[in-house]
Amino acid sequence: MDRIDDGLLKALLRKVDSLGQRAQEQKRRKVKIMEVCGTHTVSFARSGITSLVGSYLDLRSGPGCPVCVTHQQDLDRMFALAKLKDTLIVTFGDMLRVPGTFTTLETEKARGAKVHICYSPLEAVDLAAQNPSYNVILLSIGFETTAPTIAATLLQAAEAGLSNFYLYPALKMVPPALLALLQDGGCDLDGLILPGHVSTVLGSEAFHFVGRFGIPAVVAGFEPLELLMGLYVLLRMINEERAAVENAYSHVVRAKGNLSAQRLINLCFEEEPVTHWRGLGPIPSSGYRLAERYAAFDVRTRYELHTPPVEARPRCRCGDIITGKISPFECPLFNKGCTPSDPAGPCMVSSEGACSAYYQYMLR
Amino acid sequence: MSTSNTRQEVIVSSHGDGGLLTHELLQRIFFPAFSNQWLDQAGDAAVLTLDNQRLAMTTDSFVVSPLFFPGGDIGKLAVCGTVNDLIVSGAQPLWLSAAFILPEGMPRRMLEAVVQSMADTARGLRLPIITGDTKVADNGGPENLFISTTGIGLVHTGADLHPGNIEPSDVVIVSGTIGDHGAAILSARLGLAPQDSPTSDCAPLNFVFTKLQPLFPEIKVMRDPTRGGIATTLIELASSGKVDLVLEESSIPIKPKVKAVADLLGVDPYYLASEGKALLVVKQEAADAVLRLLREHPQGEESAVIGVAEPGKGNVYLRTSLGGTRQLRMLAGTPLPRIC
Ligand code: SF4
Repeated sequence: MDRIDDGLLKALLRKVDSLGQRAQEQKRRKVKIMEVCGTHTVSFARSGITSLVGSYLDLRSGPGCPVCVTHQQDLDRMFALAKLKDTLIVTFGDMLRVPGTFTTLETEKARGAKVHICYSPLEAVDLAAQNPSYNVILLSIGFETTAPTIAATLLQAAEAGLSNFYLYPALKMVPPALLALLQDGGCDLDGLILPGHVSTVLGSEAFHFVGRFGIPAVVAGFEPLELLMGLYVLLRMINEERAAVENAYSHVVRAKGNLSAQRLINLCFEEEPVTHWRGLGPIPSSGYRLAERYAAFDVRTRYELHTPPVEARPRCRCGDIITGKISPFECPLFNKGCTPSDPAGPCMVSSEGACSAYYQYMLR
Repeated sequence: MSTSNTRQEVIVSSHGDGGLLTHELLQRIFFPAFSNQWLDQAGDAAVLTLDNQRLAMTTDSFVVSPLFFPGGDIGKLAVCGTVNDLIVSGAQPLWLSAAFILPEGMPRRMLEAVVQSMADTARGLRLPIITGDTKVADNGGPENLFISTTGIGLVHTGADLHPGNIEPSDVVIVSGTIGDHGAAILSARLGLAPQDSPTSDCAPLNFVFTKLQPLFPEIKVMRDPTRGGIATTLIELASSGKVDLVLEESSIPIKPKVKAVADLLGVDPYYLASEGKALLVVKQEAADAVLRLLREHPQGEESAVIGVAEPGKGNVYLRTSLGGTRQLRMLAGTPLPRIC
């Protein structure tokens, strides 16, 4: 990975500036653009682009941060499972400090719960084989990008005939969430930046429905040059008052996506009729449950999970952040009652969370 | 912290990551309890005066998983870590002690390999390990070896290294690429193919002492950016020096493999540890001479000026290649791999 030519970056930034300022003048307000994917939010903030375009662009986050959209009840149930004497929880690091209603995994781990931070979900299969006296539970949070790896893990566990391996299925689909958001009014968005990684799996065609809503959209990559390219393509459409779905990441994203990844997903999972999202509520056909032949691996068949019903952390506005209604700076708790060392909500902890990105990269 | 959202009445892993929670623990528990003139200097080593000689003393504990990683192992790390703390305090290391808490069930051969590596590293530096201790405990796994080393060194007469010395226009220099050790450990845990894995830079910094002795009066302060990376170390320097440090992103040396691993895992390379690099703040006039001397040594070939001190309030800023500026902050929570 060579350093991108700084001259090229600056030249492209100037083009984005002039298109953006023109659109702003025409609208007599800032141009409102949502980056659906959390990794985009972080990449924009980290590269400094969010600040550089801040005078004419109002960048909003979307429902593309897997930890942030996980429903509070799911979090509480996962953490309740961690407290049981015979469980070993396997999770990605992002989840460790996310506040549930009563506790965090980090706290439960310090109190003696068995919590293993994995780098690859496949570690869960080895752990289950090595620890026959524990029920090993893989917390399966993520989108279409994570689902294939979780599926591969499940197939390995099934092949190994493990009877102490379970999933907590909380995998979700991005397109239905975006559809729900747009049907809900879409917060007067002028444009959308579609998730590069999810599109790699599903193909850019998966987002063609966006066209129906008359909002220009672009699939973009994550490097500074790709981010600027995405903004350029999008602002050009906005200025031309043309609503299409364009692919500015075509060297990676194909129209039909990654077929073998899709096959893995279809082999192991089926659509859950209704899935609950933080901020968006119940959305039909927006989550994955285990396909019938693998249903015994669902941890909910092994333990009855009862946690008091809760809506969300009462004061945290993550639900409004991930639906683009507000930006992190507009949350009254931001950097007051909520900081990365004492987070009030998942958006301040997740490495793809908007509040965490704004705290880390944008606070002055 | 009665209004805490995630009330932490037990010690959690983030208390040990060198970031915000570690600092909170130090400020609230350790410093108040132990406070004295030597501890309160809060340097990498304490400087003690005895009969007009200044001695430096430092202590460090090591836990690393895996115990053996590309470029080193916990034994080499335990020697280099303490040696480097002395070096960046302007001291020539003289003696080392080592204490071991061995995990029940540890394969004997593994222990032998670690101890041999310590011995080899120390011998290469002509540094005797003069006392030690061994205990056995259930450390939670047969590879959870804990080593603690203490070092004593003689401070060079020309050295007066303290962050309080930093003034606007001073220059920040790093003695090579950043984040190599942290990235090597992450990729070992990730199981990356060897050709994609960075190698740890774990190495003693004695060349910094030998080469730079004549220039010590021009050097304001030195540190080795281990846990928490250059970001955390520079924030500590800026806040005790009461200046802002402004870094130029494009001039910070970083290996492509390290950058690739950081991108893959969604962590910021400025927070990844180095175990064989020094950060120096020097007078502007001396920067060229310091760079030249460092680059004479193979370990210092990639030394570079990465920033300057400006009047300010103790913050660290990074100027990105696009011309934006962002502030580097203390980490709250160990950098951990992300979900997608
Ligand atoms: S700043 Fe904290 S409380 Fe506010 S929305 Fe973000 S995570 Fe929630």
